[in-house]
Amino acid sequence: MKQIAANRPRHGLRLMRLNGLMRKEFLQILRDPSSVGIAFLLPLVLLLIFGYGVSLDARHVPLAIVVEQATPQTAGFTAGFEHSEYFAPQQFVDISAAEHALRKGQVDGIIWLRHDFSQKLLAGESPDIGVFVNGVDANTGRIIDGYLHGVWSNWLEQLSVSRGRETASMVELEQRIWFNPGLRSRDFLVPGLIAVIMTLIGALLTSLVVAREWERGTMEALMVTPVHVAEILLGKFLPYFLLGMGGLLFSVSMAVWLFAVPLRGSLWVLLMTSALFLFTALGMGLFISTIARNQFVAGQVAIVVTFLPAFILSGFIFDINSMPAAVQWLTHIVPARYYVSILQTVFLAGDIWPVILYNALALLLMGSFFLVLVRWRTRKRLQ
Amino acid sequence: MWRRIIALMQKEFLALFKDKRSRFIIIIPPLVQLLVFSYAATYDLNQIPFAVFNEDPGLASRQMLARFTGSPSFQLVGELDHEGQIAPLVDAKQVLMVLHFEPHFSRDLQPGRATELQLIVDGRNSNTASILVGYVRNIVIAFNDDWAEAHGRLDSPARLNVRAWFNANFESRWFIVPGIVGLLTLVVSVLVTALSVAREREAGTFDQLLITPLRPLEILIGKVLPGFIIGAVEATFIIIVAVTWFHIPLRGSLPALYVGLFLFLLSAIGVGLMISSIAVTQQQGLLGAFLFLVPAVILSGFATPIANMPELVQQLTLLNPLRYFLLILRGVFLEGDSLTLLWPQYWPMAIIGLVTLVSAGWFFRHRLN
Repeated sequence: MKQIAANRPRHGLRLMRLNGLMRKEFLQILRDPSSVGIAFLLPLVLLLIFGYGVSLDARHVPLAIVVEQATPQTAGFTAGFEHSEYFAPQQFVDISAAEHALRKGQVDGIIWLRHDFSQKLLAGESPDIGVFVNGVDANTGRIIDGYLHGVWSNWLEQLSVSRGRETASMVELEQRIWFNPGLRSRDFLVPGLIAVIMTLIGALLTSLVVAREWERGTMEALMVTPVHVAEILLGKFLPYFLLGMGGLLFSVSMAVWLFAVPLRGSLWVLLMTSALFLFTALGMGLFISTIARNQFVAGQVAIVVTFLPAFILSGFIFDINSMPAAVQWLTHIVPARYYVSILQTVFLAGDIWPVILYNALALLLMGSFFLVLVRWRTRKRLQ
Repeated sequence: MWRRIIALMQKEFLALFKDKRSRFIIIIPPLVQLLVFSYAATYDLNQIPFAVFNEDPGLASRQMLARFTGSPSFQLVGELDHEGQIAPLVDAKQVLMVLHFEPHFSRDLQPGRATELQLIVDGRNSNTASILVGYVRNIVIAFNDDWAEAHGRLDSPARLNVRAWFNANFESRWFIVPGIVGLLTLVVSVLVTALSVAREREAGTFDQLLITPLRPLEILIGKVLPGFIIGAVEATFIIIVAVTWFHIPLRGSLPALYVGLFLFLLSAIGVGLMISSIAVTQQQGLLGAFLFLVPAVILSGFATPIANMPELVQQLTLLNPLRYFLLILRGVFLEGDSLTLLWPQYWPMAIIGLVTLVSAGWFFRHRLN
């Protein structure tokens, strides 16, 4: 066997050597459970937290209702809040107590009906209704503001009906939300999360593993063996690629069966594009580790340049179009951006080829770029 | 005792700052993240690309459309002539929404009748979609009010005066940037400490440290202080940037903020050291840090409100030091809170810090195999 190998040209891949390297890598993965942890435990924890814990849909907002003088008219007004599932109203008799509650964060808003509310209303004098909303959480504040207006326009309508007038003519908004009519935030968070998980497995895990070899000096040891650089890289690449695809299948099954996220596109498109993304992420991971060469630095860099951007700059939660131009430009070099776009489309909309092909091409280009870079850097180190 | 601690601290700082790359990693990324995330992490929408499909020859639809094209939040990218064009445009993400005026839009806008404005929204990101619907609704409400006024039909029986406290224009950035102070401080201090013991264990120098005359308490202090100093310096810097660069109002008292920061760093470093003292390798330390950091950030109220979480998860957030520190940050920055008002946020962090530090110290000795 040895003789046959010696007869062949030295570069060129040898299946036996590659097998040996991969076997070593798999043993290492199995021996330190934290690799398997990153591939399976982390997705599990992340998916559970995001699937159950995160919601932007405010329900039962605590609301202080100050009625200075209770009358049938004030009761008619406040009933709308009591029957709304969005609000959990609490009655207060004076405004200072309610303001105190708002300041302490016990309520998120105040509705203030002054003592002359009914009197003015009956006299047709258009009384003022004071509304204070806690604006610290701007997003929630705005949602509460929207709910308030909903209750308010219901009240107006009821009032004009009870007064026997026809409703004022108005433009009514008829909204149709495509792909996610119920606006379930879970349906977009879970697919987006898969991009974050794949980034973690691909980039963080790989960068740590290779950096460990540099740190311990075993990489140099590997390099003086007859093993070719391409074989070393492939030996690193394939095991973690398989681990990553395992993590992907696990995450997709959880998304579909546990969280009932619809998968409207085809599974093979999902698998192909995920493989492409994993290729890019592994390329980044390998690249980081060849530069960093120690685990602390590699881990930090991986978090800063792969994990956090996958969270914030990928369009996973925050809308890319609304970012300043410079930041938008920056998102183009975040691979997760393309993958999130594919994932949200394949899960919620279906196989829409213009979106998939464009983003897949971008991933392919970035992945190849990183791999060429890694190959180049690693060879240079050998000289 | 202090001389020995200072010597240990010196060694810790050297371990972190001696290497050029490691020095770079502690200083530069938090700053870049501060800038990028402060600009990127916003729930406000700008320049939403939209298309219009207007079948109505009347005036009202054009007036309505002018309100959209005139708003900086919207950007008209296409006018359609038949319904079949809508789906490809939305599917390919060319537009986020399509406004559809039916042929009778203007005609139906008459007393006693109601007319319909159809809105088609890409719901792939449901959060963006619901914010978008809110924007559109506000435009429609304003249109209705003005239209009623122009046609002498202002007979609203009451007026709603909505005022937002603390953040009058609902600016996302005022909410996010104080949050980033907490987020980055947590990430830096946990990462610096989470690997500190694990690194020595992996290199075998921790056993050597244990047989020196240093007592466990001294080792603990020597390991805590560097992370503490780095965290405090970075937090201060970020606070300065938040105030001077992003013009976030700092309305409350600085002592209240720094008492919070002190206790927060104590608890964050406690968690980091505990992870580090349990881990055998650096990779395990990093995994542990991650398993703590990610849930800690997500379940802190940084991006999504705790009040929207299920009851059980809300209980779980009580163990999260970042939850308390975010309340302190936003309280001091926006609401102008003082020391006494923040007492309910201080003591839980102190307890978390105490428990984690004591157990870290215990694990120092009992993790020897």
